[in-house]
Amino acid sequence: MNDFEYLEPTRLEDLPGLLGKRWGQSAVLAGGTDLLDQLKERLIQPERVVNLKRIEVLRGIKDTGTGLEIGALTTIAQLEKLAQYPVLAQAASSIATPQLRNMGTLGGNLCQRPRCWYFRGRQYPCLKKGGHKCYAVEGLNKYNAILNGGPSFIVHPSDAAPALCALGASLEIYGPGGRREVPIESFFQLPDENLRRENLLQPDEVLTRVRVPALSPGTRSTYLKFREKQSLDFALSSVAAVLVMDGKKVESARLVLGGVAPIPYRVPRAEAELEGKALSAASIAKAAEVAVEGAQPLGGNDFKVPLTRNLMRRALETLAA
Amino acid sequence: MAWKPLNEMQVLSQRRPRLEAPLKVSGQAKYTYDLQLDGLLYGALLTCPYPAALVLRINESKVRRLPGVRAVLTDAHPTGTARYAGEYLAAVAAISPQIALDALELFEVEYEVRPFVVDLDAAMEEGAPRVFAERGNITDSETDGSGDVEAGFAAAEVIVEAEFRTQVQTHSSLETHGSVAVWEGDLLTIYDSTQAVNGVREGVAQTLELPADQVRVICQHMGGGFGSKLWAGRYTAIAARLAKAAGAPVKLMLSRRDEHLSTGNRPSSLQKLRLGAKRDGTLVAFSATTWGSAGIAGGAGVALPYVYTGLPAWKHTHADVYTNAGEARPFRAPGSPQGCFSMEQLMDEMAEKLGIDPLEFRLRHDANPVRQHEWRLGAERIGWSKRQPSGSGKGPLKRGLGLGASLWQVGGGGSRAEIKVFADGAVELRIGTQDIGTGTRTIVAAIAAEELGLPIGAIRPLIGDSDYPYSGGSGGSTTAPSVAPAVQNTAEKARQQVAELAAPHLGVAPEQVRFAGGRVHGTGKSLSWREVCGLLGAQVLSASGQWVEGLSSSGVAGCQFAEVEVDVDTGRVQVLRVVAVADCGLILDRLTTESQINGGVIQGLSYALFEERFMDPATGTMVNPEFENYKIAGAFETPQIEVLLFDEAERGVIGVGEPPTIPTAAAIANAVYNAIGVRLRQLPMTPDRVLQALYG
Repeated sequence: MNDFEYLEPTRLEDLPGLLGKRWGQSAVLAGGTDLLDQLKERLIQPERVVNLKRIEVLRGIKDTGTGLEIGALTTIAQLEKLAQYPVLAQAASSIATPQLRNMGTLGGNLCQRPRCWYFRGRQYPCLKKGGHKCYAVEGLNKYNAILNGGPSFIVHPSDAAPALCALGASLEIYGPGGRREVPIESFFQLPDENLRRENLLQPDEVLTRVRVPALSPGTRSTYLKFREKQSLDFALSSVAAVLVMDGKKVESARLVLGGVAPIPYRVPRAEAELEGKALSAASIAKAAEVAVEGAQPLGGNDFKVPLTRNLMRRALETLAA
Repeated sequence: MAWKPLNEMQVLSQRRPRLEAPLKVSGQAKYTYDLQLDGLLYGALLTCPYPAALVLRINESKVRRLPGVRAVLTDAHPTGTARYAGEYLAAVAAISPQIALDALELFEVEYEVRPFVVDLDAAMEEGAPRVFAERGNITDSETDGSGDVEAGFAAAEVIVEAEFRTQVQTHSSLETHGSVAVWEGDLLTIYDSTQAVNGVREGVAQTLELPADQVRVICQHMGGGFGSKLWAGRYTAIAARLAKAAGAPVKLMLSRRDEHLSTGNRPSSLQKLRLGAKRDGTLVAFSATTWGSAGIAGGAGVALPYVYTGLPAWKHTHADVYTNAGEARPFRAPGSPQGCFSMEQLMDEMAEKLGIDPLEFRLRHDANPVRQHEWRLGAERIGWSKRQPSGSGKGPLKRGLGLGASLWQVGGGGSRAEIKVFADGAVELRIGTQDIGTGTRTIVAAIAAEELGLPIGAIRPLIGDSDYPYSGGSGGSTTAPSVAPAVQNTAEKARQQVAELAAPHLGVAPEQVRFAGGRVHGTGKSLSWREVCGLLGAQVLSASGQWVEGLSSSGVAGCQFAEVEVDVDTGRVQVLRVVAVADCGLILDRLTTESQINGGVIQGLSYALFEERFMDPATGTMVNPEFENYKIAGAFETPQIEVLLFDEAERGVIGVGEPPTIPTAAAIANAVYNAIGVRLRQLPMTPDRVLQALYG
């Protein structure tokens, strides 16, 4: 890694000034489980690394009565204990390894950079690094996007993000203008909106808090992740499903896919297949079918279509049981 | 020459933790990577980013100006023509690893980038870019076989044919390759992560044009090699040259990335196979045309028709194909897992077509008498009789059983050893072998202890140093059959000398002296070992011995059975059980034997289901030179492994390291077919390939 200035500020208010207005000038360090790799591989060579660990207001999980407020420095291991939100706890448990879950933070997980080997490999000047092409299109794209891809075909690697989308979470951001709050779905951005980054954060902004609304009575949720190895592996495809049931009938559904699109991919068309109906084999099959509608695989990732369809069916079957 | 009868053995053939286990689990065992010396410098390598390039000029002036840099080499490449991305071009030594890496950023290199080809099929096409300008990419083919294959196929009533592919697997040793080079005057000491201290000594002496007696190579503990650390690396000579230039010791350990790119691999293969039989199940003919790429090297052969050489007519034609990729090196049973994977699947396909149970079909066609027993033992253990028709399972999780055979031929030889006995009873054993993680240190001590009637702790085994009596490299499963006879022979000589010393005091002839339980026995009287050794006075007893005939043999037969569960919704293959039947001869230690077999099965499973080097066709580079996307089976992927040791002590010592990794992929592939009724003819059997096979 390059030489840089290292700071440990204690006040949130000082952060925007320390981070600066230019991309690449500063890097935010929380758990470091992604940042250190980026530094060591020289994917980024910041002038300054700002460690958040002394900013106490970024810690802790608070029950507000209307839901939870989770500080951005909350570790993934802490999220595993949130049994009242099975979809989130399960997603957290599926992340990396116990060691990484003890270090990695929620904020870092949501803001982590893509795993695409062309992005991570320093020798490929890909679109996301300001280069001229997405190498995955003509290259090896087993792990790339089948939905909403283009011009870059990365997938968003977070497991927490689909779970939080399915829970209808919102994110608090702190910047030079103070606090602002955005629904998590508008936080993430597709490559055609924002090619170089995966979300709307500006260089001088940080994610400070995640708000998860309290669950309605009758809510069932699950996170189903498929990975090649059962530990230390990212999703080939995953499904976050939150259903609010009224007896046997689905009152509302939020279904979000991970590992298949550049953002956590919510599938309203599949939700519509379930809402207002009894959760049956037929409605589940239909929802699973439409979940992958419009998929445009690249040749090496065609398998993600049946895989995602089957995972959706399985996740919903789990909730029906 | 003979081993003691099994029932008289006190130390050998038991289950014994390794002598160095406490050092390893407590972190005290020092690997090459761990070595710290006063004034140690850290080396780093500049590698070629292009798969084919002429290096026109390397300007290192900025590197030399970086504070902390102590030595720079710009002639690390022998010719200046780089043929794969990852070849070493230049090197630097600096006072910290960070400065060494920073220095790499400062080299200015001018390249003439050339056309390249990294894909096996593309390299075989007419007009493909040539890896070597002076010759085509496909080497002259070699043909082996016997009998009249054409007549055989003409007489065949049933024919199966299929195309199989296997991937490039990198050795992925947990400790990367590397050396620490230390000069004291003209004497060069190399601490190396190696499978061959003597091989490295010879290689370094040759490269640096030093007399062999001025090079000493030491390796006390090493983190895996699997065939990739059998000789001196180019990095070894580079470390020595940097150290000479800097006047300080240099540690040069490869990065994980360089490890994947430049330290060897198991070559790929493309195999077109055909097998003919009579309806009654008699096999009449087999033909195979195979290709494989060992990158810029040769040696991509495929072992075919594997164990079924009794076929009346068979023919195997093979050619290597050059590609712009790192050279292959021997990898645990070279050529064998590839051939076993295809041949055992083809045998299963034929058996199914003939309506014969796959096990019954093996028993009919496998001429090896040991394996005849082993097939039955393994089948009994896995519950073969409960095997269901292929693809008949209900529900998304489908189970299946499969099998595969293994074979290994290499024996041992060449080792020498020395034993010193001191007046206080201490026993020192020196042998210039190395422990590559297989328990060699423990077994050499155990053999000496057994012969001298002492507990294992009474022997101090000194290994891993080229200054000790010569022993060859640890490859080809030759270590135990090489070192065991040498140590036994040496210990016997030491025992004879001690017997002569003790005999007058015991009132018997030296031939009547017996050694057991830490005592030296006459016919009635006995003395403690220490009392006898005390008779040495100021002298040290020394015995030298060497490998002798009759204590070891070669030829290992084995087989494995796998039970898998395939999730047809996700394409995941979970191996539930592997029964590994291993032909072991005299088992020197049961625990370390089982460990080696467990390791072989896990590595074979990882080859079958996970590991794959991905080369980007557009840039000619490896996209996964790490452990995130170069996936290796972990604890969750490891099945229940049941090791059945088929021991025949009368055969003496035989190597067991390689055979258990051979049939695992074949057994899993046949089990996957039994589970889902669809055959996977390409490795690794990853979820994408399973889903592709199921969904088209």
